[in-house]
Formats: sequence, structure tokens, C-alpha cells
Amino acid sequence: MSTITETSAGRARISARTLRTDRWWLPPLLTVAGLTAWVSYATVRVFMQKWYWVPEYHYLTPFYSPCVSTGCEPESALFGRFLPNWGILPFGALTLPFLLMFRLTCYYYRKAYYRGFWASPPACAVAERHKRYTGETRWPLLGQNLHRYFFYVAVLISVINTIDAVDSLRGNGGFGVGLGSLIITGNVVLLWAYTVSCHSCRSIMGGRLNHFSKHPLRYKLWTQVSKLNAKHQELAWITLGTLALTDFYVMALSAGWFSDPRIVN
Amino acid sequence: MSYTAHFRVWRGDSNKGELVDYNVEVNEGEVVLDVIHRLQQTQTGDLAVRWNCKAGKCGSCGAEINGRPRLMCMTRMSIFDKSEALTVTPMRTFPVIRDLVTDVEFNYQKAREIPAFAPPAGVAPGEYRMEQVDVERSQEFRKCIECYLCQNVCHVVRDHEENKPAFAGPRFLMRIAELDMHPLDAADRKRAAQEEHGLGYCNITKCCTEVCPEHIKITDNALIPLKERVVDRKYDPLVWLGSKIFKRTPANA
Amino acid sequence: MSEIERHSYDVVVIGAGGAGLRAAIEARARGKRTAIISKSLLGKAHTVMAEGGCAASMGNVNSNDNWMVHFRDTMRGGKFFNNWRMAELHAKEAPDRVWELETYGALFDRTKDGKISQRNFGGHTYPRLAHVGDRTGLELIRTLQQKIVSLQQEDFKATGDYESNIKVFHECTITDLLKTDGVISGAFGYWRGTGGFILFEAPAVVLATGGIGKLFKTTTNSWEYTGDGHALALRAGATLINMEFIQFHPTAMVWPPSVKGILVTESVRGDGGVLTNSEGKRFMFDYIPDVFKEQYATTAEESDRWYTDPDNNRRPPELLPRDEVARAINSEVKAGRGSPHGGVFLDVSSRMPAEVILKKLPSMYHQFKVLADVDITKEPMQVGPTCHYVMGGVEVEPDTASSNISGLFAAGEVAGGMHGSNRLGGNSLSDLLVFGRRAGLGAANYVDGLGARPAVNEADARAAETRALLPFKNEGGENAYTVHLELQQTMNDLVGIIRKGEEIELALKKLEDLAIRTRQVVVEGHREFNPGWHLALDLRNMLLVSMCVAKAALERVESRGGHTRDDYPVMDSDWRHVLLVLSARGEDDVRLRRQEQVPMRPDLLDLFELDELKKYYTGEELGGHRAGTAGESDTA
Repeated sequence: MSTITETSAGRARISARTLRTDRWWLPPLLTVAGLTAWVSYATVRVFMQKWYWVPEYHYLTPFYSPCVSTGCEPESALFGRFLPNWGILPFGALTLPFLLMFRLTCYYYRKAYYRGFWASPPACAVAERHKRYTGETRWPLLGQNLHRYFFYVAVLISVINTIDAVDSLRGNGGFGVGLGSLIITGNVVLLWAYTVSCHSCRSIMGGRLNHFSKHPLRYKLWTQVSKLNAKHQELAWITLGTLALTDFYVMALSAGWFSDPRIVN
Repeated sequence: MSYTAHFRVWRGDSNKGELVDYNVEVNEGEVVLDVIHRLQQTQTGDLAVRWNCKAGKCGSCGAEINGRPRLMCMTRMSIFDKSEALTVTPMRTFPVIRDLVTDVEFNYQKAREIPAFAPPAGVAPGEYRMEQVDVERSQEFRKCIECYLCQNVCHVVRDHEENKPAFAGPRFLMRIAELDMHPLDAADRKRAAQEEHGLGYCNITKCCTEVCPEHIKITDNALIPLKERVVDRKYDPLVWLGSKIFKRTPANA
Repeated sequence: MSEIERHSYDVVVIGAGGAGLRAAIEARARGKRTAIISKSLLGKAHTVMAEGGCAASMGNVNSNDNWMVHFRDTMRGGKFFNNWRMAELHAKEAPDRVWELETYGALFDRTKDGKISQRNFGGHTYPRLAHVGDRTGLELIRTLQQKIVSLQQEDFKATGDYESNIKVFHECTITDLLKTDGVISGAFGYWRGTGGFILFEAPAVVLATGGIGKLFKTTTNSWEYTGDGHALALRAGATLINMEFIQFHPTAMVWPPSVKGILVTESVRGDGGVLTNSEGKRFMFDYIPDVFKEQYATTAEESDRWYTDPDNNRRPPELLPRDEVARAINSEVKAGRGSPHGGVFLDVSSRMPAEVILKKLPSMYHQFKVLADVDITKEPMQVGPTCHYVMGGVEVEPDTASSNISGLFAAGEVAGGMHGSNRLGGNSLSDLLVFGRRAGLGAANYVDGLGARPAVNEADARAAETRALLPFKNEGGENAYTVHLELQQTMNDLVGIIRKGEEIELALKKLEDLAIRTRQVVVEGHREFNPGWHLALDLRNMLLVSMCVAKAALERVESRGGHTRDDYPVMDSDWRHVLLVLSARGEDDVRLRRQEQVPMRPDLLDLFELDELKKYYTGEELGGHRAGTAGESDTA
């Protein structure tokens, strides 16, 4: 509790930061551990600039999609190669910042990191230790309101990811399905679910309307998105998992640690 | 069936106070408020507690039980370990009057600052027509029993007394959302939500939703949609441009 | 003697439930400076507990409905004992009062064409109850509360002060009304929080304090229902009527102790729930009174067919009127065939699939799951009768809601007459709105017509203060909780759902003893938020009102609606037109006298068929009926 609060306001004088007896510190701890691990892994991989492409099956890791650096292998670059091939510039640098910002401004992740990293608050009814708090009223956190633009971009990127998934359905000289195709496709499906379940999307679909009855189609869309939206937190974590899994799988194949079990061709 | 529980009840006023230990009988099926009443009747007749319906419908008996904001009448003793000491303290965010009773005037002040329902011009009483799908969202918010547990748990004011003037709190931001989604409300409330009632202070950490005894999805269904509506009005050039071109505002859509 | 905080208002409304808030809105709308005084916080009043709905013949669901049908239903429900003028005003004005709420921002459930939806309820011919799920009372109180706020915002714009014309004094209790030269001059009370005294100088006081449920051990009512308004009115010289009529709801939770008395809605039975005793027998078939033999099924098979084919089968006896079912449950328990926790079983689990229960009775499922740890889809509920509503109250002039004391008005449950001997479900929320408004209007008009304002007599204020502090001065008495528990036990056992002459006499003796002990109650500690002190003062009111209930119950030697005499089990037409009027005799005794009901206006009488009226009226009362004036031979 901040010191201003303590004395002047006539509140009950209870000095304990919280009287909760459960393990309230566990969820924020898990959040910090989970996000830190993921970001570390992703950072390493994004700057690695290798093992991102499996040429025989056209598997491209989502971390490098679309691959637009002049350093990209030509076949992996479906959308041209124009970014300079510098070591500090990830091959997927065109989209990665937007994906990062989409998740950073996501209403769920905001809760997660405000609680986990910033401890504001660490858990309900556990006092935060910051002297001042202005929330999202001023720069830079006012920028959280830009979430919907990152959502628009994320939709475009999801389209690109979908093209990647279609492209991954290749075998020897033609159509083929391997475990990798399934993983990549599954990841894309879940990415779509995460993207579409976004709170901004819910508002855009119909949440901003006051007369659902006059817009039956948008009401239906809103209803569906609302159902998905209830799972936004789960999808946020699941897609972190599937992103890392997909990337790791592509890395492993590309590095030749094992070979892709083929289902068709 | 009966057992003796160890209660630690905060006794005091705004000048001083402490947790006082009591051993008190608990019978099967009782809630925390029953035990508090037994303390009043048998051990300490002047223990102050606020309550009314004892059925989770009026929202009077909010307190913090083992540090968690709860309604005393809806907290069954059976959820606690019989050997564990049970701490009961007043809501922390409001000035204490005595023992478990706090002064919740803050909330009544905030209620007054939210402009009331603006009836549509030219619609006579009895002529209001609204579809069920159009009133359902606001109806969810009107389930609110005004127990103020959300106002109490919200760190924006709980941990920062100085934010009280600028921040209406979850309950009253939800009230703005309720009115903004009302199919016949004639006022536009988006700009004021951000500029006058402190919507921006909310960092959607969802404690309000966690403690709501009515299980209203305050954050997902009221606060975030309201933030998105504010974005429509204040931060979205596309929507702004659209409204200029098509001469209509989303509120009337 | 301490300093007393003073305020001056045009109208003081005591009680912040539906009736009080509606009265205040009206008084303020008529330009009167108005104070609302509430024992609890604004918005917590007992009105929030109302579940079913608010009856008003808007005809949104069935267009055949109109005020005349509603009027007839109300009179039948009250066994023709109602004040017919109140029932008429109520039926006529209820739709406007409901529609008005929408302009305040209320959101009722809707029909397909966007109007206010209306639901069926016991005793109402057509679907008539405006509702919001099962939380209609909450919607009503919140809407009125928010309307008060909107009026305060208007005042703020005009004067810079939200409270310049309407102010809520919450957690403030009135202990005495003050009169000067026989008319109301103010009210005296204390702040619950600080224990400080407060005096209101006002020429008009509206009582809207609700009921008296806390006289009884098991009740659906909250702690506030201590009969304050009834007692304040008595002590101010006003009269009460119909105090013998108390509605016991047949089904409330009986276990666990914490929730004993919480309502189990009538819809549980309406949707197919059955009542059984400890022998597993569906006992209601044994309790169908002769007058209902035609309408109710005598076998389980026929009852079960009714739910799907109501036209060709008779209703299950579980759906008999509330008083009949309550009496039956009471008899089973007394005969030793009750459930382990002293009720009977109400079962839906064997009657319909779990998913149907969850869909039709979500709040009941939730209530039992959370509070009793009972899964009603898997096991039966245990239920028993509980005190629910008092039909009796302050005798008022129907159009203005004025009592017989100038300046004193009453509306809502604290007023008597409207519901006769038995209230229909849904008629109480509409009663609050209709007569709340009329009381506010009546008070405003009274103030307008007043010349000089009566000044408060200082000695009266000091006397009120002395009386309020008595429990601190007493020595050697008991604490208020003990006396209260004994009072509740006495009323529950001896003047409860089934009454006998000798038991009521015994109760009156006990009440005399309790009266002495009430005066001697001792309070420990300080005046700040001291619940022991608050109860000691409420106890004084409960005692006086208990006397009224017992005396009237002893006097009325018939059974009618909410008054059942085991020793006089039938309804007697000679008692239909007799009101029992009570007035105070000192601090803790009451006087009773009989008074004739005003005969119903002929045009209203004509709304009924003569054959129906004959069941209730004596022959000579029916001369004014259209059938009678057209010539006796026509009806012979």
C-alpha cells in the first residue's frame, strides 16, 4: 500500500500487505517464468538466421514468415526479398514487430504482464508497491489503445501464415502431407482462433452496435466471436506453445536432427 | 457436526484497531455471517457489522475473509479448514466506521457523477420498444447488487487513495457501459468515460471480475468494450472519417 | 443532554424501498424539499428480494387484460376483504407506473415485438407480471435510486448542490414521530454510525417502512422488517387495520440454519415439483378443501397429465393457494412426518431431467448449491412455511394515502387495506409504485394547503431522546437478543400460521411479560454502530406490533386468507365487512375496535357476477348489484 493511502484516509489500520493465506504469488510467478522462457527462446531463434526452412517439404517456421531478407533462401521467400541481410535484422523483420505489438497490446497479455512483471497488482487484494499509478492514461501506455491496428495487421499476417500452411502440403514433386504439415497447419488454425478471439475484433464485429436486432449478421458474428473471446487467455498461451513447437520442429528437421514422418507422399 | 473455530476479527475505528481472537461455535451449513452473528449474540454484543438480506441479494455484508473480498452471507464455513484461523477484516479501500463496517460514501458520490439515463426525445412512456437481444448486455450489468467488492479490490484506488477523485471504479465504469449500450439512451458517454471518469486508469487486471458475487464479466463485457468504444471515438481516424462521410455516429448505428 | 442535529424539510419519507423512493420522487417533482431516511444504505431495501415481477394489466402478452380483470383478481385473492378503492386505483394506475420506470432507465425483459414481457402468476387471469428474470425487485429499486440521482443532478446544475432538494439520510433510524397540536411536526431519530441524534422538522411524513417479518422466527424478511412504521404510526395516534392477516409462504428453505426462511419460488411447483413427507407420500392430495374439489386433481396420474394438457385435467394440489399449502405442510410436520430438518420434501429431481431443471430454475439451483450444498437435480429440497408479508398496516385514505393524523402518510407494505386478507404475488411491487406516488403527491398537496408550519415542541424531542437512551441507563435487565428470540418464538408458536383461541391468549400473556422485559433491556458499550442498542430500540416497535397481531387474531373468529383459526376453520360472511382497528394505549399496549367496511361502489360491484359475490357477501349487502336492481326475479 502506498504511504499516502495509509494514514490520511481513515481506513482500517492493517499493516499487512495482504491477509491472503493461499499461494497468491504462484500465478504471477508462473506468468513471469512462462513469458520469460518463451521470449528468450524466440529471441535466440529469430536472430539465428538458420534452420528456418525445410526445402523438400516447403516448411517455413512462423518466426521467419514472410522471409523477406536478401539472406533468405530463394524458395522460402514467397513475397520477395528486399530487406538487407544484416545480422541484427531478423529475416522476418517485416512482420515480427507487429506480431509483438499485437500481443503486447492484447487485453489478456496486458493483464498477465501488469500482474506478473509490473506487480500492479501482483494478485487481487495484494498491495502493489508503486508510489504512483496512472494506468493507461498517459504515454506510453496510452498506446495500448492502438491494439485494433495491430489486430488488422495480425489478420493480414494470419493470411500469410495460411499461405505458408498451404505451401507446406508438398511431397516429392507434388502434393504431400507430413507431420510437419499438420503441425504448421494446426498452428495456423490456432493463430486464427487467437487473432479472431481478440477483444478488438469482438468490438469491430458488433460490440460497438447498440441495436443488434437491426444487424442480424453482425450480431451472429459478435455472438461467435464472443464465445471464442471467452477462451482468449487459453488461446494466448496455447498459441505461444504451438508457435514454439512449430518453430522447434522446423529447426529440428532443417538441422537434420530427425526426419519428418510422412503420411501422404 | 459442530466445532469450535478460531476467528480473528478486526475491531476498532479509524484511529486504531487490531485483530481480536475469538473461539466460537460453528454448526453445519453455516456461513461466515452466522458466526459473526453468534459472536454478537454470545460474546461481544457491540461488534459492528453491516448486513441486510443474508441471501446474497442486497450486497451489504462485504468484508475480507482471509484477505479475500467476499460477501459474508455467501461464504460457507465448509470451504475452510476447521483448524485454520479465519481472519475477518473490513473492506480496506474505504474509511472504517467501526469494526467491520466501512463508510462507502465514495461510491454514492461516484454514482452521482455519472450522468443519468437520457430518455429519447419524443418517445412517450409506454411507447418504448426494445428487442430482447438489444437489452441483454445492459441487463447483465444491472444484475449488480452494489456490494462494492469490485470498488474495494481495484488496486487503482485500493493502493492509491490519491486516485479516488479521478477514477469512478469498476462499478461505475460498468454503469457508463450499461448506459452506452442501452438501445434508447440518447447521450454519448464515450469521451467522458475516458476524460472524466478515469477509464484509462483501468489496466484490466480483472480483480473486479474475480470478486464479483454476481459473476458479472465486468472486465470482458463492460470495461474492455467501453475502452474499445472510446477508441472508436477518440483514437480511431478510420471510424472518425467514416462518421464524417456517412453522417452518423456509431452510437446510433 | 447532547446537541441534536437539526434539519428542516417539506416532506420526510421514512424508508427507502420502492414505496419510499417513489414517494420522494413525486414530492420532489412537486417542488417539495424532501428527505429520505433509511435504516440501511440506499439501494439495499427489502424490495431487492422480490423475484417474480410487478403486476400491471398492460396487455402486452394477452390483449384481453385490462384494469377490470386485474381488479377482480385482486379482490378475489383478498377474499373480497380489500379496500376496494385502493384495489381500483392500483389496477388502473399500475401500467402507467411501470411504463414510467422505462423512462427512468429500467430494462425489463421484452416480448417479441419489443414491449415489456409479462409472466403468469398465481391468481392472475392473464400473464401480467413485468419482470427481469428473477430479480425484478432489484431492477425496481435500482431504477428508482437512479432516478433520484438524476433529480439530484438536475438540482446540482441549478444550485451547485446535489442535495439541495432531495437528500438521502442513510443508516439513520427514526424512533419517534413528533406532533404539535395534533398534527405532524417532525421526526426524531439517530444515526446508526455515530449514535448521534437527529431531528427533522417537517409538516409531512410519509411512512414507507415495509413489514413486520422479524416478529417471527422464520421469515423471508430481513432485519429491517421490525414494524417500525406500524409502531411509529400507532404511537403518533394513527390506526392500524387488518393486522391479523399475515401471509405465510409455503415453501422456504429450512436448512442450513443460516438460510432458514429464504424463499423457494412458487415456480418450482408450477414447473412440476411435488411435495412429499418422510414416508415418501405425496400428501397434498389429502388436503384439498371442499371448495376446491372441482379444480384440483385427486390422483397423481391426473396431476401429471395437467402439465401437458391443462384443458382436460385438473391442477395438481401442490398448486393450491399459498395459505392452503402452508397449512398442509404445517400439519404434516406437526404429525411427525416431516423431513430431518423440520420441513417437508420438495422434489424436482425425480420429475424432470437435470438440464430442464437448470434451464427453468437456474437461481433455485444456484441458491441450493451455494447455500445448502444440495444439488436439486439429484436430491429433493427441504422446505417449510415462513412469514412472508403482512397485509395489515396503517389505515389510510385511498386517494391521498393519508392516515387519520394530519400530515402522516403511508404507502407500501406498511399501509393496510389494499390486499385484503391475502395478497396476490406480483401485486406488491405495483402497490409500491402506485401508492408510493400517491403518498408523495398527497404529502405535497397537504404541505401546499398548510398555512403556518407546526413548530416542534422541544420537550417532545427531549422525551424521545430520553427514551432512546433508556437501554444505556437500565440496570440488571437482559440483552435485547434474548428478549427478541423469545418474542419470535412466542409469535411463531402461538400466533403463527395456524391459530387457536387459547394459544393466542397465552401469547398475549407472554407479550405482557415481554413488554416489561423490553423496557428493561440493557445495552453494553458505546453508541457508535452498536447493533445491541439498535435491536433494543427496534424491539420496542416489534412488541407493540405483536400486540396488534395477537389481539386482532384473537378477535376474528373465522378463517380467511392469511388468518387461520383452528377453532373457527370456515370463512364467515358476517366477518367480511368488519375491520379490526387498532390504536396505541401507552407505550406497550393497544386497543381494538370494530369498524364497518365501506360498501363497494355499485359500478365496481357490477364487475362481478352475483353468484360469485354470494360466496363472500351476506344477502343484504348485494342489493346494489346490477342483477339486484334489475329485479330479483331475473336472478332467481
